[in-house]
Amino acid sequence: MDELKQSDKIILEAKNLEAWFGEFQAVKGINVQYFERTINAIIGPSGCGKSTYLRCLNRIHEEIEGASVKGEVLLEGKNIYSKGIDVVDVRKRIGMVFQKPNPFPSLSILDNVVIGLRLQGITKRSILMEVAESCLKKAALWEEVKDKLSSLGTSLSGGQQQRLCIARALAINPPVLLMDEPTSALDPIATAKIEELMNEIKLDYTVIIVTHNMQQAARISDYTSFFVYGKMIEHGLSSDIFTNPREKQTEDYISGRFG
Amino acid sequence: MKVTFNYRLVRSIKNQLFTFVIVLSAAVVLIPLLMIIQFVFREGASSLNLSFFTELPKPVGELGGGMLHAILGTTYIVLLGVLIAVPIGVTCGIYLSEFSKSKISKTLKVTVDLMSGIPSIVIGIFAYLMVVVPLKSFSALAGGVALSIIMLPIIIKTSEEILKLVPNHLREAGLALGLPRWKVIFFIILKGSIANLLTGIILAVSRAAGETAPLLFTAFGNMYLSFNIKEPMATLPVQIYTYAISPFKDWQRQAWAGAFVLMVLILSMNLFARYFLSRIKDKKGY
Repeated sequence: MDELKQSDKIILEAKNLEAWFGEFQAVKGINVQYFERTINAIIGPSGCGKSTYLRCLNRIHEEIEGASVKGEVLLEGKNIYSKGIDVVDVRKRIGMVFQKPNPFPSLSILDNVVIGLRLQGITKRSILMEVAESCLKKAALWEEVKDKLSSLGTSLSGGQQQRLCIARALAINPPVLLMDEPTSALDPIATAKIEELMNEIKLDYTVIIVTHNMQQAARISDYTSFFVYGKMIEHGLSSDIFTNPREKQTEDYISGRFG
Repeated sequence: MKVTFNYRLVRSIKNQLFTFVIVLSAAVVLIPLLMIIQFVFREGASSLNLSFFTELPKPVGELGGGMLHAILGTTYIVLLGVLIAVPIGVTCGIYLSEFSKSKISKTLKVTVDLMSGIPSIVIGIFAYLMVVVPLKSFSALAGGVALSIIMLPIIIKTSEEILKLVPNHLREAGLALGLPRWKVIFFIILKGSIANLLTGIILAVSRAAGETAPLLFTAFGNMYLSFNIKEPMATLPVQIYTYAISPFKDWQRQAWAGAFVLMVLILSMNLFARYFLSRIKDKKGY
């Protein structure tokens, strides 16, 4: 597939990445490289550590009591876990969308989108409005909310809320966007809308998405990783993984024999 | 068949007996409250008039006069207490909810539980020793300090509970935007809970406003209008106490009126706060 050769630049790389919850090792020795402006899916059975792995990539895993991480994650060549790196800066550059839509309940639609920028000290209204409009457009929500930007973010439907959360993550303009099963709580129509917008934002961002839905991974991703029990069994072009997997386990999983 | 029948009969009798006991104990709790309300209402409402709210006490022997100075004094001292207790209390609540696993947090939790069990008269003595003795005068300030100590555990506990109701994924969402933790706490978690926090503060105020013991030898009381923080100040509970034990019929009637006003004030604050608190807990805003 030639269209995948848009960029050979590696933007994010995991090296021997391991993650623990106390004594329990959830992620075991992951090595992988992600290219700029690609969509990368992570599939695998429940409890295989894919969400935990994803949460290591923006250092949100360590927010959980007793959680720890070993190994390296290189963002444009720099290890985000090395000493002297400010975790706040890391998260500004690696955004995240969560499984459950979680707009901030007390904030309007507009404020939800721009709160990241506002709390970083950008208060000029014209700039905030501009960012809000462009991000809501990228998240394919602008047409639906442009007349009610001051109503509460939580007044929207689930699918709209999730797109609002995507707009919120895009507003701080991170080169990498992590998505943790962003459509698992949504109906097929809302899911389709989000898949559509992912193809759009791929032009500017690198997306790493955890999904339970193999069809979704096959539809939208350029690369796919398959996880079992905290290990990455296989990583490669999605077209290869879904048609011609190298590993027996991968084949069994995608053909529905286990998982 | 017969065995089954007997078994059912016994069970039904047990059921009814137990229900009866439960209803009875509920009534035992409820009746004194209703009697107090009814009694204070009967005695107080009849002694109440406009001058009670607008006039100062008259000299002994002269009829009439009111408790304006005590109503304003209670407001003054309670607000003073709020001013001291709210910043400290809410900060402690944030600490308990956001850093609940730390050692200090666990110690603080036990301390707060113990604090809410301290007799209010002891708190009064403490404020006397800490404020009245060094300043060599009974004062509104000492009263405010005493009431703030009464409010503290309530404010700490309610704000902790309220902040713990905020689901963790909202904190993570804030952190994932590259915001420092303190900004997430203050501008997202706390800002979203302000109405709820206010409710907790009202609960604390309604508790403190009715306290007499801690004010007896701190704010002390007087018979004139004063807004001087360094001087004694009248409060409703102390004024009621003074009037109630006096030998003058007119003063005793005013004590009833004061008790009625105080009770209505506190009950309505309490009901108001509880109503909103229960709505918050039911609401699925998150």
